[in-house]
Amino acid sequence: MPTLTIDGREVEVEPGLTVLQACEQAGIEIPRFCYHERLSIAGNCRMCLVEMERAPKPVASCAMPVADGMVIHTNTPGVQKARRGVMEFLLINHPLDCPICDQGGECDLQDQAMAYGFDRSRYRESKRAVEDKDLGPLIKTFMTRCIHCTRCIRFATEIAGVPELGATGRGEDMEVGTYVEKALTSELSGNMIDLCPVGALTSAPYAFAARSWELTKIESVDVMDAVGSNIRVDSRGAEVMRVLPRLNEDVNEEWISDKTRFACDGLKRQRLDRPYVRRDGRLEAATWAEAFSAIGQHLKGVRGKRIAAIAGDLADCESMMALKDLMAKLRSPNTDCRQDGAKLDGACRAGYLFNTTIAGIEQADACLLVGTDVRREASIINARLRKRHLAGGYPVGVVGPQVDLTYDYQHLGDGPEALEQIAAGEHAFAKVLGRAERPMLIVGMGALARADGAQVLATARTIAEDCGMVQDTGGWNGFNVLHTAAARVGGLDLGFLPGDGGLDTGAILDAASAGAVEVVYLLGADEIDMDSLGKAFVIYQGHHGDAGAERADVILPGAAYTEKNATYVNTEGRVQQGRRAVYPPGEAREDWTIIRALSEVLGRKLPVDTRDDVRARMAEVNPNFAAGPDTVETAPWGAFGTDGPMDPAPFRTPVANFYMTDPISRASVTMAACADALAGAQGERTGTDG
Amino acid sequence: MSAPNDASAQPRTFAFTPENAKKAEAAVAAYPKGRQASAVLALLDLAQRQNGGWLPRAAMDAVAGILDMPPMRVYEVATFYNMYNLKPVGRHHIQVCTNVSCWLRGSDDVLAACRNALGIDLGETSADGGFTLSETECLGACVNAPVMMIGGDYYEDLDVGTATAILAELKKGGTPRPGPQSDRRACEPAGGLTTLTGWSDGRGDKPGAS
Repeated sequence: MPTLTIDGREVEVEPGLTVLQACEQAGIEIPRFCYHERLSIAGNCRMCLVEMERAPKPVASCAMPVADGMVIHTNTPGVQKARRGVMEFLLINHPLDCPICDQGGECDLQDQAMAYGFDRSRYRESKRAVEDKDLGPLIKTFMTRCIHCTRCIRFATEIAGVPELGATGRGEDMEVGTYVEKALTSELSGNMIDLCPVGALTSAPYAFAARSWELTKIESVDVMDAVGSNIRVDSRGAEVMRVLPRLNEDVNEEWISDKTRFACDGLKRQRLDRPYVRRDGRLEAATWAEAFSAIGQHLKGVRGKRIAAIAGDLADCESMMALKDLMAKLRSPNTDCRQDGAKLDGACRAGYLFNTTIAGIEQADACLLVGTDVRREASIINARLRKRHLAGGYPVGVVGPQVDLTYDYQHLGDGPEALEQIAAGEHAFAKVLGRAERPMLIVGMGALARADGAQVLATARTIAEDCGMVQDTGGWNGFNVLHTAAARVGGLDLGFLPGDGGLDTGAILDAASAGAVEVVYLLGADEIDMDSLGKAFVIYQGHHGDAGAERADVILPGAAYTEKNATYVNTEGRVQQGRRAVYPPGEAREDWTIIRALSEVLGRKLPVDTRDDVRARMAEVNPNFAAGPDTVETAPWGAFGTDGPMDPAPFRTPVANFYMTDPISRASVTMAACADALAGAQGERTGTDG
Repeated sequence: MSAPNDASAQPRTFAFTPENAKKAEAAVAAYPKGRQASAVLALLDLAQRQNGGWLPRAAMDAVAGILDMPPMRVYEVATFYNMYNLKPVGRHHIQVCTNVSCWLRGSDDVLAACRNALGIDLGETSADGGFTLSETECLGACVNAPVMMIGGDYYEDLDVGTATAILAELKKGGTPRPGPQSDRRACEPAGGLTTLTGWSDGRGDKPGAS
């Protein structure tokens, strides 16, 4: 362990660190623009200069490896002078337009200019101007402000895996861009906005909308996919202005997908802000009392077996708990949270979780992807897989759609046939998995949400067991289910599943069109075939006027994920709590309270009066909820899936359009623009893209 | 820098001739396996020579394909180096050095002479496609300043007269003599040798005079 002296203090650090990292560990902040701990070292901004004894000139601390006996000074007049010089050079071509720049108030350059900038410019020549680039509908560029730190280039190349950005030209003519005008084809491109230390790349939808100091910042959890990315919701008044990532090394590190970041404008459109009741075939605005009494009339005398409830992809655990208890009181066994028809049951928790955990991917040394397009279904997990792949020694095999995952993989087959071969040990990749010390597999909804899903699941379990993915020693579990819905694991954990003799989603729809189910309660379920609901009386509780609301006979306006304190369980089984950033619009209410109020009108009052009561009830149903937020309980291995023959049809990803997967993103103008731009970009792609 | 807008000039496809493909293969083979990207400069040069002195986007994409590099990385290289031309150039590419030494020795006049003789400005190509005029940074021949490079040849010790004469010769289809346009040889001192003019023992002949 090298020992070095920083500002007169002896510090012992791990070998291989840089001087800048050593200074950080010693609690000394070094200014920087190009250095970022998750990107490769560029060493081109020169802002991190420090003095090193026995070195003739100041050294860039971000690129200088530590060595034993180094003596570093970070606060001498010489260092100050060097940094002031660098700052002066940076500001030569940087416009002094902070008052009209969106980065103002959260700009590294602005902040550091306060510490190292001169109070006036000595530069009398003309400043250079750079043409702005068109990087698509998400990133607004103002390239004259660019200080060429190359963070965005390195992010695109290393993390996002789309090497489309680069620095063209040289010297004063150097420009960052794509050279060929095109939108970035990454699902993670929004992170470049956060990485940009100046106002060169800013959020296009958020342009000139607010200043950072006007915003109320609430830490919450994302629901756009099943990753449960940690986010910060910035709001002003009743409006969510933007969504930013929040650091969580175990989940999203510091990245979020573009859908997570930019779909928030969908929260302002097509909202259900008051109850509606269908009268004479038309939905009419109503009061809560009218809506509840309409439900009460239709439920009167209906036997439990003729009532059903389906929970959608964005439902929170509290509301699913309340609805499940209400359905039990109505004596209905027909509840299901798997609106996509995934053949997962709640019997064995390890059978529906991402057991390896997202951070655990980095320990794996071989991977099999089954029926999943991870890049579109869970971009953040794909970034983790890519990170692991770049570290080397990580063969990836894919059974399912052949798509560009941003890393190399071996395509083993399109459907169950290849899977069967691997399970039988006949396939070469089975040996790769067998040889690996910590192999893993990820089975996606494309493989499970089909008629033979239970058989696919059983085959995947066989592979996991035969290839040593489930190990008693060390607790390695390489079996992973990748969900696409934020609500799914929570629903499975709470047992929002058909009870004794109950119907699942498909059967509910069949029974509804046959008239055997008279009342269907949709808790934010929009992705089912509404035509199959037949003549059933449909209660829709949700926040957007999407497919479900259109079909509904009674609409109960609920709260979106930014408008309620709610619990979500991500695909790992991580229990996380979202927090309310703004109030629901109009008369909309937090979802579990709606169900609680309805239960009283129906004369079947739920014994929960506070959110804590509901959470206590959740913990009673499943002790995992008792463990507190941001915890992952490892699930014991058990039996799941059903042995049997599989349908040879190829696996298909459930996410056809990454930018529009749920009512919020479908209502988002930004996501619609992205979907358009993406269609154009995909048209150019060829079969060699992966 | 963005790609040149003139889409009409850009060919849609590019492929090395069999002969050049062989040369490209040899260039790639000069580097260890997996380091084939190191051959990018050589391949771009080859492509430029094949394509009449300039690099279309299709050629850069083709090089990227051969070397298994993201196209953007090739664009970065091609735009970095002055000697890759990203727009079509004339048969004769006149590159006048305007760096310090040449400038002090009158490159402004040489440039003006070229402008007059060709009727085009910097970065332009004459209507008949014969000449492209551009300025370049130091050509590394400061001792013979001012200098211009035409194709692969250096023309040195220029002044308005000699520059005009060279261009006139080119226009006629001739080949002007490269090298110093003054009466000195190579980079010997301009006013004749001042040292090493003979043997110290008075042996007679000047060294190198034979």
